[in-house]
Amino acid sequence: MAKVTIDGRTIEVPDGTTILQAARMIGPEVAPPTMCYYSKLKTSGGYCRTCLVEVTKGSEKDPRPMPKLVASCRTTVMDGMEVGNNTSPKVTEARKGVVEFLLLNHPLDCPICDQAGECHLQDLSYEHGSSKTRTDFERRTYDKIDIGEKIQLHMTRCVLCYRCVKVANQITDGRVHGVMNRGDHSEISTYVEQAIDNDFSGNMIDVCPVGALTDKTFRFKSRVWFTKPVTAHRNCEKCSGKVNLWYKGEEVLRVTGRKDQWGEVEEFICNTCRFDKKQTSDWTIEGPTVVNRHSVISANHYEVLAKPNEFKLNEVKPLPLKEGEKS
Amino acid sequence: MGKKILLEHDHVPGIQGYEVYRNCGGYASVEKAIKTMSAEAMVEEVKKSGLRGRGGAGFPTGMKWSFLAKPEGVPRYLVCNADESEPGTFKDRYLMSRIPHILVEGMITSSFALGVNTAFIYIRGEYFYIVRILENAIKEAYANGWLGKNILGSGYDLDLYVQVGAGAYICGEETALLESLEGKRGNPRIKPPFPAIAGLYGCPTVVNNVETIASVPYIINNGGDDYAKIGIGRSAGTKLISASGHINKPGVYEIEMGITVEDFIYSEEYCGGIKNGKKLKAVVAGGSSVPVLPADKIINLPSGEKRLMTYESLSEGGFAGGTMLGSGGFIVMDETTSIVENLFTFARFYHHESCGQCSPCREGTSWMEKILHKIMDGHGTLADIDLLWEIQSKIEGNTICPLGDAAAWPVASAIRHFRHEFEAYVTNPNAVNKVRHYENMNA
Ligand SMILES: Cc1cc2nc3c(=O)[nH]c(=O)nc-3n(C[C@H](O)[C@H](O)[C@H](O)COP(=O)(O)O)c2cc1C
Ligand code: SF4
Ligand code: FES
Repeated sequence: MAKVTIDGRTIEVPDGTTILQAARMIGPEVAPPTMCYYSKLKTSGGYCRTCLVEVTKGSEKDPRPMPKLVASCRTTVMDGMEVGNNTSPKVTEARKGVVEFLLLNHPLDCPICDQAGECHLQDLSYEHGSSKTRTDFERRTYDKIDIGEKIQLHMTRCVLCYRCVKVANQITDGRVHGVMNRGDHSEISTYVEQAIDNDFSGNMIDVCPVGALTDKTFRFKSRVWFTKPVTAHRNCEKCSGKVNLWYKGEEVLRVTGRKDQWGEVEEFICNTCRFDKKQTSDWTIEGPTVVNRHSVISANHYEVLAKPNEFKLNEVKPLPLKEGEKS
Repeated sequence: MGKKILLEHDHVPGIQGYEVYRNCGGYASVEKAIKTMSAEAMVEEVKKSGLRGRGGAGFPTGMKWSFLAKPEGVPRYLVCNADESEPGTFKDRYLMSRIPHILVEGMITSSFALGVNTAFIYIRGEYFYIVRILENAIKEAYANGWLGKNILGSGYDLDLYVQVGAGAYICGEETALLESLEGKRGNPRIKPPFPAIAGLYGCPTVVNNVETIASVPYIINNGGDDYAKIGIGRSAGTKLISASGHINKPGVYEIEMGITVEDFIYSEEYCGGIKNGKKLKAVVAGGSSVPVLPADKIINLPSGEKRLMTYESLSEGGFAGGTMLGSGGFIVMDETTSIVENLFTFARFYHHESCGQCSPCREGTSWMEKILHKIMDGHGTLADIDLLWEIQSKIEGNTICPLGDAAAWPVASAIRHFRHEFEAYVTNPNAVNKVRHYENMNA
């Protein structure tokens, strides 16, 4: 076990836990934002640099601070480690820089983007970004391409988090999806734009933090905050069949995996459940879903409409202490 | 004349071939190592020698070797980094093309010290003609019993392969190199784990620069203490310097570490002074990634003493007042050089070579290039200079691999030492000699 203190709050965690996981165990107030890490995907994380934190004390044995900010999603804790996240001015500065870089070529076309309302980049820029842009250069654009019948890729919005690449490598068969070209010309693509056609490809849509990979069966049907999520399941031979159905009136507009408080799906679902089961009669409904995230979508549905940062500062009570945690 | 270790026999006709190399004392270190030394004793000698990595970072080689994990039943690898793509650096090319056997010998001796049975030389694609030279040398080494099974009847086996890269700067970063060697896209890995624990195919691996490995035979032949006597303090041994720019005698020089920078630039033995009687303006002392220094700061230390060609002396003054020995790519600029234009060339390079994994480097390098282009075109503003400064500070230290830092440092140092030139470009663009380099380069 290792004792680690993040933003002044101490918790004991098993060896091998990352700083990010430890921070999530303490609670959302100290958890760094993530754009590329995904706990269900191996080797994810390390790319976007939004989760950078300052290690002010390395460990009990070697108390020297780490010379650079580290990616909390890829750095494991040491016993006695002390970490600054929201309390570290260096982190705040660096994170502001990262958000600016991520938005540099982003089209900011939220008004016409299906992801708006549940977009991690929106949340991130709202909480850590600046309200002005300092670039006056033309933004990078790409043509939209279809990967398979049901998924559309709009590279222009992509932040190159590599999550969909990991999905393609780890939970679908055949390696036909990856990154081409280099640097700011990098491009997610399939092998010669080959259609991705396998049972789990739809999960790319769920893991995409922005609106780069969208569900063609849902595109432009509705803003997400006008839809009502319910928790449902069915007996499925390919996956767990545990999903969220998103209703508008009587109609199921889309089916997604169930997402946890960090915006990650709990279990990956198959394409049959996602794309082909859009009748209420296909499902056993469990009840309404509370979207437990500080985003527009949760605010509008279940609480008063509030800006995420106000929401966080004024309305969220500190979580009750967890087992092993000392305040 | 300073001592020569690597280029001692450079002038000998036919040194590229096996016979001549052998007659000059070649492969003695293999004989000595395999017949008389234990692997541990060899690592000890390299530690004693004070040899530091010549690829850029200057990490002590003996220490790196001693970190190599040695789990039972798992192969270990030695990989020679011959990707040499740092602008201003061309010493490995010189060494490999003229004396290929010194690298082959170094690879065999080092492999024996590390208990490695399979070793690789990863070479950049543009050096295709050197590939043939190396493969020929390796063939000769096999034919003469220095490679293959049961070397010198000792029971020690070693195979050595040359792998050609496809010409990406980033594949010189050791973990990107390993990815590329495995046949994947050359993206740097996230560390830890370091290659010494999990490198090539997940096995413990040592990655060393060409020059580092080529220095090992001398250390084994003459002992670590002897090598440590050459040079000054922690800058032991000799260093190959690739000298380029506005000097009378550009080329590759082997120097004993500790000569003064002034001597190196002006003496007849080395660069022979500034071309056409012009004045020295600035030097990039260790390849494009290290901070640029103006003439007075590169010649003299803050204390007033002469700056020396050593790791320590070049970095004296820290980041604000010093630079780094880096890979030894010594770029000299005379008074006619535009620092802004020079920086633009570097910025363009880093933008082109960023692998694109992490957002600060991917977006920042391209942004900096665009702003510099705008300034060169006469459309820049004073705010653009501050913005450049801001961008580099947000890249530095926040990336996966040091390419981000390498892209940031030249920008930081150019603005720090030559801000007036940037200001001249933005306040009076018509007065500066506008060079339409960019268009020419893209024509
Ligand atoms: C972007 C980048 C490019 C590099 N290119 C080279 C190179 O071309 N050759 C080289 O020897 N080292 C290069 N390095 C350094 C290597 O990562 C590594 O430190 C070196 O090969 C270790 O060998 P050494 O200890 O003998 O110097 C590069 C590093 C970075 C970050
Ligand atoms: S710093 Fe640049 S080159 Fe290095 S991993 Fe990040 S994007 Fe790639
Ligand atoms: S979430 Fe850690 S670097 Fe992206």
